[in-house]
Amino acid sequence: MRIGTARSSYRHDESLFDSRTQHAWLAVLAVALLGFPFFADEYWLYLACLVAINIASTTGLNILTGYTGLVSLGQAAFMGIGAYTVAALEQKLGTPVLLNLLAGGFVAMLGGLVVGLPSLRVKGLYLAIATIAASVVLHFVFANWHSVTGGHAGITVAPAEILGVSFDTSFRLYWLFVPITALMVLGAANLFRTRIGRAFIAIRDRDISAEVLGIPLLRYKLLSFGLSSFYAGVAGGMWAYFFRVVTPESFPLIMSIFFLAAVIVGGMGTILGAILGAVFMTMVPEALKLIVGWLPLSADATLILSPVRTIVFGALIVGFLVFEPLGLQEIWRRIRRFFHLWPFRA
Amino acid sequence: MHPGKANPILEVEGLTLSFGGIKALTDVGFEVAPGSITTVIGPNGAGKTSLFNTISGFYKPATGRIRFQGEDITATRPPERAKLGLARSFQNIALFRGMTVLDNIKLGRHAHLRTNVLDALFYFGRARHEEMKLRQEVEERIIDFLEIDHIRHMPVSVLSYGLQKRVEMARALAMRPKVLMLDEPVAGMNREETEDMARFILDVREEWGVTVLMVEHDMGMVMDLSDHVVVLNFGQVIADGTPAEVQANPEVIKAYLGSGDVSELRQRLHQPLAVGA
Repeated sequence: MRIGTARSSYRHDESLFDSRTQHAWLAVLAVALLGFPFFADEYWLYLACLVAINIASTTGLNILTGYTGLVSLGQAAFMGIGAYTVAALEQKLGTPVLLNLLAGGFVAMLGGLVVGLPSLRVKGLYLAIATIAASVVLHFVFANWHSVTGGHAGITVAPAEILGVSFDTSFRLYWLFVPITALMVLGAANLFRTRIGRAFIAIRDRDISAEVLGIPLLRYKLLSFGLSSFYAGVAGGMWAYFFRVVTPESFPLIMSIFFLAAVIVGGMGTILGAILGAVFMTMVPEALKLIVGWLPLSADATLILSPVRTIVFGALIVGFLVFEPLGLQEIWRRIRRFFHLWPFRA
Repeated sequence: MHPGKANPILEVEGLTLSFGGIKALTDVGFEVAPGSITTVIGPNGAGKTSLFNTISGFYKPATGRIRFQGEDITATRPPERAKLGLARSFQNIALFRGMTVLDNIKLGRHAHLRTNVLDALFYFGRARHEEMKLRQEVEERIIDFLEIDHIRHMPVSVLSYGLQKRVEMARALAMRPKVLMLDEPVAGMNREETEDMARFILDVREEWGVTVLMVEHDMGMVMDLSDHVVVLNFGQVIADGTPAEVQANPEVIKAYLGSGDVSELRQRLHQPLAVGA
């Protein structure tokens, strides 16, 4: 524990950020997030929006997989539900943006509740397979329910518009996505300060004794599925406003694996882990692309190196699994611990 | 405190449980008086833990009834039994290893809290209020009582066995139990830890007015603490009474030593020797 943070009330002891240092760093982060769009170019703003969307979805999956221990490979399909809901509402009814995003979340939540039903009986790999099956079914629905989804051609989405301002650039979308994602992350953090979050962890750690403590397993597993897919639905809605076209191929199975990998690489069952994991998974391929671009190579060599990039990315993930099973957040914690006493003790 | 006089708080009647062809419990019946410490003893494999699991609702008995405060709970699911006031600890410690001591204890109160998902996401109003009240109560009534304030923020997985047992008891107490079921509360503990735990069990009864039903092997502790002892052997109740009555029961002595007659045993041991000499 950090010294010099004597806490004098239970409320203080239970707060999310309990030391002055943490408050200071949070302020720095807030300033950085506010200032970033004014200094970054279009490319970096594009990445920032993508990272925000991925953080929202990864945080959702983390509630389900990291905290409740239910492995799901359906996160991308739930994002698809959210994206299609937003796209269809925008196209057919033209309802307000924030309402559309909420609706996307709720419709995805309904999907999640249905897919979650087998979770009382099947766990682990079996549940993962069941969720894959669900995403295949959803893909079929996306591709064939022409009147709503527009079939294989998909739906083109008009730019989000709030109070007459059209969110048609990454710069503007940044101001929409980052606050939404921040709220969602804060909500998840709050969840695990209360009985609901504790019940999720109890189910993950030992479901039999959770039941004896008065936690109805099915209800809480479904709740976890519902919340997780709500997050995916909102993230999918943002995705729809970001890419402005939604097709059945927008949310492939590999994307679900991407989110699962983000949860694992970041650190399962921690709020920070989902954030770090999503940033890592989104940014590292881009960083590798940049590095290859900087190398003084001919155009041919760059072309040859592009598969190498993928290999390096894969190797990094494997490296994390082997050398730091607790993920990026554990590395972060170790760095923090080091600086608590630095420079008085190394 | 005398069994049978007051209305029993927990009543088990004609309980039969079998796994495939194996009968774990046969026609088991006994009563637990309110405010008593009742202990179930018996040799290994006698069916004590099966009995506990049936009472807490994991196993469905083939026949028989379980009544709690006069209400038939035989068909009630485990989470509802918890809400009624039936708390238990496990023989092989079933704490949530990824959580701190404090969170483990707070989990015990789950069924009595009202916070819903929306409250939880915003951590406002009811959620915050409830959490603060819970924290205060857990600190002042349970953590203090069980003398575990120095470990409250530690993850459970780093604690010693004795402390883990104590945390498990704390969690059970957070459930506001009417009947506290303890499955081998002092198994594997040293003398000092055992004495601490015995003191806690007596204090729980005195201070909280909780009825205790436990399974235990430590005979010294069983005889000192219990008001009422039920002896199981091969899934059947072979004796039921005060510690003194049970200790004097020839059936019980036979179940534990294999034979009721010590002189007969001695004779059997000496015979082959005599032949050899």
